Amino acid sequence: MTDARKIGDVILKVDNISLRFGGVKALTDISFDVREHEIRAIIGPNGAGKSSMLNVINGVYTPQEGTITFHGEVRQDMDTHQAAENGIARTFQNIALFTGMTVLDNIMTGRNLKIKSTFIEQAFWFGRARREEIENRKKVEEIIDFLQLQSVRKTPVARLPYGIKKRVELARALAAEPTMLLLDEPMAGMNVEEKQDMCRFVLDTNDQFGTTIVLIEHDMGVVMDISDRVVVLDYGKKIGDGTPNEVRNNPDVIKAYLGAH
Amino acid sequence: MIYREAGQYKTTYLNDSQIFPIAQDRVAVALLLVVAFVAIPLFATPYIFSGILIPFLILALATLGLNILTGYAGQISLGTAAFMAVGAFASYNFMLRVPGMPVLLAFVLGGICAALVGILFGLPSLRIRGFYLAASTLATQFFVVWCLTKVPWFTNNSSSGVITAQQVEILGFKFETPQQKYLLVLAVVAVMALLAKNMVRSTVGRSWMAVRDMDVAAEVIGFRIMKSKLTAFAVSSFYCGVAGALYAFCYLGTVEPEAYNLDLSFRILFMVIIGGLGSILGSFLGAGFIVLLPIFLSVVVHYTGLPNSVTSNLELMVFGALIIFFLIVEPHGLARLWQIGKEKLRLWPFPH
Repeated sequence: MTDARKIGDVILKVDNISLRFGGVKALTDISFDVREHEIRAIIGPNGAGKSSMLNVINGVYTPQEGTITFHGEVRQDMDTHQAAENGIARTFQNIALFTGMTVLDNIMTGRNLKIKSTFIEQAFWFGRARREEIENRKKVEEIIDFLQLQSVRKTPVARLPYGIKKRVELARALAAEPTMLLLDEPMAGMNVEEKQDMCRFVLDTNDQFGTTIVLIEHDMGVVMDISDRVVVLDYGKKIGDGTPNEVRNNPDVIKAYLGAH
Repeated sequence: MIYREAGQYKTTYLNDSQIFPIAQDRVAVALLLVVAFVAIPLFATPYIFSGILIPFLILALATLGLNILTGYAGQISLGTAAFMAVGAFASYNFMLRVPGMPVLLAFVLGGICAALVGILFGLPSLRIRGFYLAASTLATQFFVVWCLTKVPWFTNNSSSGVITAQQVEILGFKFETPQQKYLLVLAVVAVMALLAKNMVRSTVGRSWMAVRDMDVAAEVIGFRIMKSKLTAFAVSSFYCGVAGALYAFCYLGTVEPEAYNLDLSFRILFMVIIGGLGSILGSFLGAGFIVLLPIFLSVVVHYTGLPNSVTSNLELMVFGALIIFFLIVEPHGLARLWQIGKEKLRLWPFPH
């Protein structure tokens, strides 16, 4: 952890969020905040509501109760498009890449909000459309360099191994130059080396671009090493919140993970 | 056709995003265009023009239109012929009712009418997909043909429901012979194929493919699903509309709404499947294959001395078998086979 990285003010605050699917309570009265430039982990056993929480933050789900405050703006619910325009990007638990496209095209899709030309200009590949394509390509190439994807640049995503796909998904999210990055289990199913690489990329992203990161992860070693603060969910309720050390020693968290003693 | 791209280094992103990044490919395409625009008109017979080349090019354009919708944007449609009909009858009416209307402008306006109808009938795609969407586009097919048959205004009150397409004339030059019509169709198709290629390599094309492959992720990234589906419907229908107008003006001449029936929609869908979903080249290969196959079969039947009635039945059987074959073995069609062949040849005679 570098000391140069300065954790700033609260930029995202969720208050009393409750989310139900019919009779199933996915989230009950959850509140926590995320500070600028920090790495915030959400942990909890399977089915605790971690992914639902991310889906609420970027507007895929609409909570029945509670508010989301992002950059001082209070909202009942986020709209996915708005979230993207406000600089929230994310990756998914089960890789959600566009399998029919190349790595380059996948990452280019991350830049779509920066492209203003209409489809008619694009059809003629003229003026603004061409200029934007080249400018955004430049930015995408920087991210390809950053995540070391040069060798697979023009490979269709469907042909790539799992670990690289996860990295491409991170690249696509980074291409949008987000202020906040939501990572849903970025290291799930990876071996130790791949996890180390991914940790490095997450830390570097946080370091170099100052991106705030909200991360769901099951590997406690990773969570305790890289995150600044941790939220613990269990059965849709918040049972712990604090620095990795505080959380580690919280009796409720120990109970949720190890069972009653 | 064994060549390697060794030594061709790209130093700018503009160079790297060319349509044909390999120099040999560019030469080959240029040659192909020279052959199509110069050599063929010098040597081909009228039968080859009006029996093979003109329908091939027009159907390739319609296939390209459907491929944009189904192959790139992942929205299945059985209403292709309906959009063609809208293009044809709209162009006819623009020519008829607006004095001094230039024919190319009438084609474009016809295409725009088809695009509007496409947007309207594309609206259900926002809520339904797959089979259900196919069923709703089937409704388009029946509705449009019914409408053109029942409303006499569209056919200029013709009692038989048949219209005669106007003479095609651009800046005083009359397109009368099959050869001249061929050149016109070829020019339109070449330009529109180029525009389509530009679209699929830009953001609009990526938005279609993103919606096709993973719509939730597309939305989270910031694409607007509705806009992207409806532009796909609009652009696709525009292509089909222009193809329909060419079909009427440069191929059939006299047209009844029934010419654009479900059968034609299915034929174009087969062209997309056999040619290759999500490929511009595939649209041409698929159309060429399906236009040439019956001719090839009839020649075979002729030389084997079988009765002529066998031809049409044989055609149906071969079509059926081929479609099943492609769906199972190579869902990406002839375009993928071509690509695999090229990759193999590039290494030949080495194994890898």
